Amino acid sequence: MIWWVNLFLLIFIVGAAIAALESRCLLTSSIILGAYSFMMCLVYAALGAVDVAFTEAAVGAGAGTVFFLATILRTGRDSSK
Amino acid sequence: MRGLAILCAIVVGGILLWGSTDFPAWGRLDSPASVNLSDQYIEHAFEETHVPNLVSAILADYRNYDTMFETTVVFTACTAIFLILRLPLGPLARHRNTTHVQAARQRLPRDPILEMACRVLFPPTHLFGLYVLTHGHYSPGGGFQAGVILGASFILLAIGFDLRAILARFPEGLFVPMTALGVLLYIGTGVLCLVLGGNFLDYEALRVLAPGSSKEMIRSHGILIVESGVTLTVGSVIFAIYANLVSRGNQMEGL
Repeated sequence: MIWWVNLFLLIFIVGAAIAALESRCLLTSSIILGAYSFMMCLVYAALGAVDVAFTEAAVGAGAGTVFFLATILRTGRDSSK
Repeated sequence: MRGLAILCAIVVGGILLWGSTDFPAWGRLDSPASVNLSDQYIEHAFEETHVPNLVSAILADYRNYDTMFETTVVFTACTAIFLILRLPLGPLARHRNTTHVQAARQRLPRDPILEMACRVLFPPTHLFGLYVLTHGHYSPGGGFQAGVILGASFILLAIGFDLRAILARFPEGLFVPMTALGVLLYIGTGVLCLVLGGNFLDYEALRVLAPGSSKEMIRSHGILIVESGVTLTVGSVIFAIYANLVSRGNQMEGL
């Protein structure tokens, strides 16, 4: 794997994690978590674990985000800090 | 308090990072994981299991108990979610729900673009899920991923149309028993092997049922059957979780 692709992925993952934690709107947080899952999926694919990457793309970025959205739209939208 | 939390996170994270320097480097040949078992798997997996894909060989043959109990864990989690979220169907609840649905129908007009997009996307998604299930023997994928993709295709329909529209075709009386049916299919295959004189989940014992088929054939069909069980469970669990979450448990009014 080319090192600067890994570096970009690492920076993006850490940035997405911080953004998801710091965002006040839960809807924004869950969408950012979807992007985070997709980047994790790319990391798994880069490490050669194609099956794990496939599962992460289907569960983390797909179904998980939908579950978060469904829960948020059915409850309050602001996180109480 | 916040400063203390950040300090704790930094200290614990630092200890974990420091501890991870003791791990063998990625891809090292003399790391414990690749010294003992890996060689055995890589050299003998094909002649022992006749499965072309090494990951499938380990998941559905060597580590069959793991996969079986993972399916059971998914089923148990779905049961717990069902117990927590699903409302009982009393006469009062039914009356309240119908008024809710009428109000929602008046509030939300259907979007033709969204509806058409879901109509076009649904068949390829479904077909891809079935492909991942049947081709998991040779390529990345398998029962679990196929189940998630199939469940997601039903969620897509529920988002594009209405939860009631999809529940009319794929009712609760169908997908809730299917979560248990998948586990039953998996364990039943194992018990059938036991009854026919082999070990638990030793697919070669199934040869009695299909005389004339080769050893490779019966193993791949056995794996397909148990993977179908995983797909049934996971797909219906994914859809059941969505249907209960999105309708606050009454399964009447979707998003």
